Amino acid sequence: MTGLNPEKQPLLALVDRETPLDPAGYDRKGGWRGLRRALGMSPAEIITEVTESKLRGRGGAGFSTGMKWSFVPKESSKERLKYIVANGDEMEPGTFKDRMLVEGNPLQLIEGMIISAYAIQARHGIIFLRGEYHLGLERLQQAVIQAREAGFLGENILGSGFDFDLHVHPSAGRYICGEETALITALEGRRANPRAKPPFPQIGGLWGAPTVVNNIETFSNIPHILANGTEWYLGLSACADGGTKLYGVSGRAKRPGVFELPLGTSLGVILNECAGGMQDGYKLRAFLPGGASTAFLGAEHADIIMDYPTPEKAGSRLGTGLAILLDDKTSPIGMIRNLEHFFAQESCGWCTPCRDGLPWVERLLIAIEEGRGTQEDIDRLHDAARLIGPMGRTFCAHAPGAIAPLASGLKMFAEDFQRMVSKPASGTAESGAAGQAA
Amino acid sequence: MSTAELTAQDAELPKDLVDTFIDMAAHEHHPRGAAIEALRLVQERFGWINDAHLAHTARILGMSQADLDGIATYFNLLFRKPVGKNVVMLCDSVSCYIMGAEQTRERLCRKLGVKMGETTPDGEFTVLPIVCLGHCDHAPAMLVGKDLFGPVRPEDIDGIIDDIRARKK
Repeated sequence: MTGLNPEKQPLLALVDRETPLDPAGYDRKGGWRGLRRALGMSPAEIITEVTESKLRGRGGAGFSTGMKWSFVPKESSKERLKYIVANGDEMEPGTFKDRMLVEGNPLQLIEGMIISAYAIQARHGIIFLRGEYHLGLERLQQAVIQAREAGFLGENILGSGFDFDLHVHPSAGRYICGEETALITALEGRRANPRAKPPFPQIGGLWGAPTVVNNIETFSNIPHILANGTEWYLGLSACADGGTKLYGVSGRAKRPGVFELPLGTSLGVILNECAGGMQDGYKLRAFLPGGASTAFLGAEHADIIMDYPTPEKAGSRLGTGLAILLDDKTSPIGMIRNLEHFFAQESCGWCTPCRDGLPWVERLLIAIEEGRGTQEDIDRLHDAARLIGPMGRTFCAHAPGAIAPLASGLKMFAEDFQRMVSKPASGTAESGAAGQAA
Repeated sequence: MSTAELTAQDAELPKDLVDTFIDMAAHEHHPRGAAIEALRLVQERFGWINDAHLAHTARILGMSQADLDGIATYFNLLFRKPVGKNVVMLCDSVSCYIMGAEQTRERLCRKLGVKMGETTPDGEFTVLPIVCLGHCDHAPAMLVGKDLFGPVRPEDIDGIIDDIRARKK
């Protein structure tokens, strides 16, 4: 990628999806500086610096990265088995940012993981990559070998006395593996059902050992924080939290894509300046700000600040930061049916409300979309949202995530739902996936 | 009972895979940590995971066959039935839906004369729905084997499929 300013767009500046840099080339372009500095610091100093940089997790939950690390027991890597794991299970519908980072600059991720491993004193690292990212897998495996040959992985890294190595685990599918306890369970060679917390992975994770799981984008920030310092990192952002963010849009935009911008950039800038606005003939009706499991926001929020708190105040979440656009020619009911099909299919089946409730939701939505629905079906959807949605009814956040677009959609598109159940069954031709069903 | 004794009397999996699995298991904290990777390698070699290969893999890893089958049937990228030479995975998630993936799916199924989940009679193609491929800026997205395509509009289907058929000859 050319034309990006490393001072303003550090994550993507060295991304090259044709030919990623090798360790020497990465070095010449300023790579490994963060690692060299980090290895001269104490682990506690690094954790403090990352905490003060106000880096929050980029996988969707937005937890403070430094604070997450601070919960890990403090023994040295030689005294206690610990793991550092990169979550590259990018399966949130509408999200395509980590693909760029692993295909275009795998060494940035690896450098971030080495620094993080040193900070929590982990000896072993694993990159969990979704199975469909074939090019990413090839690039990562090659980068790991190159980094090892160049002395950045293995024993006594850069003469520091710190030993660390990592391997890549290609996943065999299932969205739930992106949930950190499910991911750990998959790495143990089991069906990837999430686990109850506590214990949190930082205390009892992979094989019962302290484990930190961070998103690929989160790790990719670490080298830059260590190389350039907290002040610089905070200065990148347009809000109270630090850094840049990989934002993006998909749907009927002119130029859908991923863009690195200051954290706290408005959706207006992302959609209109970076993605060229909506396609001709399409108007923005609503959007999911950060993936399938975030609640709908209406077009009146089209200029919303995409930091962590603002979408929450508006009733949704920043999530992954890649917005999915609903235009005025796509049926909102069809879109919600599509989303709930995904969540019903991807439920791991462990908890009854999720396993049985979500397929029921999908069937109700199909009936309404096909013009066979009744007022009672809409009432049942509201019941499902009320009963399945709150955190704590199920082990993990899958069901609450599934209900976020449903509950918000039922309110926002109440008239659409109403129209679909009040018309005679013969009048389905102009409805359903309007603009979809050719 | 060592794994060496078990593997010597058993010729179901080729020796190089057996050796690989023993090595992988030895590098894990517990041998079962190699389970998913082992199943992936079986599939990469044979296209799918048959009962004999599953049973043999289970023995190498010290797991029961039922335990390992529970894993093989949990993960959607592991196939316990034969598939065609080319597995076509068409994204059915939300961004691709908005961009017209349902019409692309109809055209794909019509072109191959199969329904989603089926294999063409000549054994060349299996078509499957897949969750978001992380290629939403090129929606509708489709994966054929390891090759990623997008945007795949209905009118692009004939060319893609014909190219793959031609490549095989």
